[in-house]
Amino acid sequence: MSRGQLAPTPHDPDERGHFGPWGGRFMPEALIAAVDELAAFYEKARVDPEFLDEFARLLRDFAGRPSLLTEAPKFAAHAGGARVFLKREDLNHTGSHKINNVLGQALLTKRMGKKRVIAETGAGQHGVATATACALMGLDCVVYMGEVDTERQALNVARMRLLGAQVIPVTNGSRTLKDAINEALRDWVANVDDTHYLLGTAAGPHPFPVLVRDFHRIIGIEAREQILEKAGRLPDVVAACVGGGSNAIGIFHGFIDDPSVRLVGLEPGGDGIETSRHGATLTAGTPGSLHGAMSYVLQDSDGQIAEAHSISAGLDYPGVGPEHAHLKDTGRAEYRPVTDAQAMEAFALLSREEGIIPAVESAHALAGALVLGRELGPEGLILVNLSGRGDKDMDTAIKWFGLGVES
Amino acid sequence: MSRLSSVFSACRAESRAALIGYLPAGYPTVEGSKDVLRTMVSSGCDLVEVGLPFSDPVMDGPTIQRAAEQALRGGFRVRDLFGVVESVAAAGGRAVVMTYWNPVLAYGVDRFARDLAAAGGLGVITPDLVPDEAASWMEATDAHDLDRIFLVAPSSTEERIGLTARSSRGFLYATSVMGVTGARDVVSSAAPALVKRVREHTDMPIGVGLGVRNGAQAAELAAFADGVIVGSAFVSAVQDDTVAALTEELAAGVRQVPSPA
Repeated sequence: MSRGQLAPTPHDPDERGHFGPWGGRFMPEALIAAVDELAAFYEKARVDPEFLDEFARLLRDFAGRPSLLTEAPKFAAHAGGARVFLKREDLNHTGSHKINNVLGQALLTKRMGKKRVIAETGAGQHGVATATACALMGLDCVVYMGEVDTERQALNVARMRLLGAQVIPVTNGSRTLKDAINEALRDWVANVDDTHYLLGTAAGPHPFPVLVRDFHRIIGIEAREQILEKAGRLPDVVAACVGGGSNAIGIFHGFIDDPSVRLVGLEPGGDGIETSRHGATLTAGTPGSLHGAMSYVLQDSDGQIAEAHSISAGLDYPGVGPEHAHLKDTGRAEYRPVTDAQAMEAFALLSREEGIIPAVESAHALAGALVLGRELGPEGLILVNLSGRGDKDMDTAIKWFGLGVES
Repeated sequence: MSRLSSVFSACRAESRAALIGYLPAGYPTVEGSKDVLRTMVSSGCDLVEVGLPFSDPVMDGPTIQRAAEQALRGGFRVRDLFGVVESVAAAGGRAVVMTYWNPVLAYGVDRFARDLAAAGGLGVITPDLVPDEAASWMEATDAHDLDRIFLVAPSSTEERIGLTARSSRGFLYATSVMGVTGARDVVSSAAPALVKRVREHTDMPIGVGLGVRNGAQAAELAAFADGVIVGSAFVSAVQDDTVAALTEELAAGVRQVPSPA
């Protein structure tokens, strides 16, 4: 890729995947060989012109990149008059940023000679993207999804099945994303010879946080060029929602070496972080190891992992990628909670004012922009990563706003 | 010096493998788990592994997952673990703990080692902690004279088997199959090959686990391993009230064939 999307950066972790004290590999020995193999293949691929060309071709001809940058002036009028630009990852094929990472990892899967892919999904966006890439590349695909999420995202379950994937509802634990990851890890350890675990977020054991980030760096690379062209300057703030944190880390990296640009992650505040019903890991979590890495985790004093809560299935996760923990500690990025109510207000506002229905996940970033814009005032310039589209969230919207037809 | 060496040397003196039985603390209740573990000790377990119930047990199959969930729903707290270990020691048994890493981190790495040693625990098995990440754990287990048992798997490279053997004390835990815990019909063919590879690196005792549920399988493993580890079958036996009978059957199993020591 001519713009060096996968090129090593000064922000890469150490050899064993540590970002400061975070990251690493806290996982069964049985899987170490597989993550070592993945890391070795990735280190070769990220500097291999043939891999880079193939990945660039897929992003362009299949995913539809570059995605647009759209100014949202009527929405911005509610944000203190600051200018607001939206990076339109919702316009990618399959409707979210997830396709970037999925295409990269599916290419790696083929290079490793593996025939079967497993994935976890929360909202279903990563599952749909994975099922799509597997259909394209002729790979067998199994998606684990918490039973609660299969209910709130029934449309995406149907989509995955249509694409030829097997969707397995996970019925243990909290029956959401974290339990889907547990079940995928159990599958992986039993089938690692022929199976790649296509993790959907920038978390998990090394090398997942770095390779998922790199496959999403295209978001920030494009957005930086686009905003310079359209606004004539760098933004004051880049805002993105953070569950595991993949879309955020992808756009943040485009600006990480621009000290004037504030990087702001918006976390799912659920009913409010003063309640126990939220998923604001960086705001309210404590250090712990979950799903293969050290990071901030929502947990009780015994180290039992808490159940996260968010109106958005894609952010409903009690952990977060280790690089975000590092960015929080170093102060390079800041993280704020957004409640369900704030997110749904922004969801409705963008739909009505701009004719764009955002994913409920992305609506957290939009809600953050409304607050940040008021803080910055009319001179402010905000770039929001609109990570996905909201078609999948109609059931949630119907229930929240009472949009159903009266009978 | 390993605190577990006497367990294995005593078994070697009898030309047999050790029987190592697992039960989650707090299952079916805290007091109930003490009773079951005492029965396991008195019926022939040379060593018991006391599991620490965890909310996200990625190395465990459905049987142990459900037992851990039941323990946690019943209000099990990490501090209860030490009382369970103490009761094994008081009954003349020997106990190690098997725990995922996060509860140890949350309790405090050094404090966990200290309190376990004080309760009479002899060592700890850590299924999701590899030696590469274990600096603080090495320090704490050295300071409190606990054995630390890391795992090797059929997928482990020679280099990693070497690292794991150098980092462990007491015994090495060889997972006989690529997979999670749970009783299986046949013992994996990968286990003898793995044990053979491990012996190239160390003369430390090797316990083999995953999938054992009856005396015949125990005998099969005892032919080449120093310890036979049984977990899910004990959890099921609690439900069926057959713990003593299962222990006796397995204890007979490990005595059927001379071990290679």
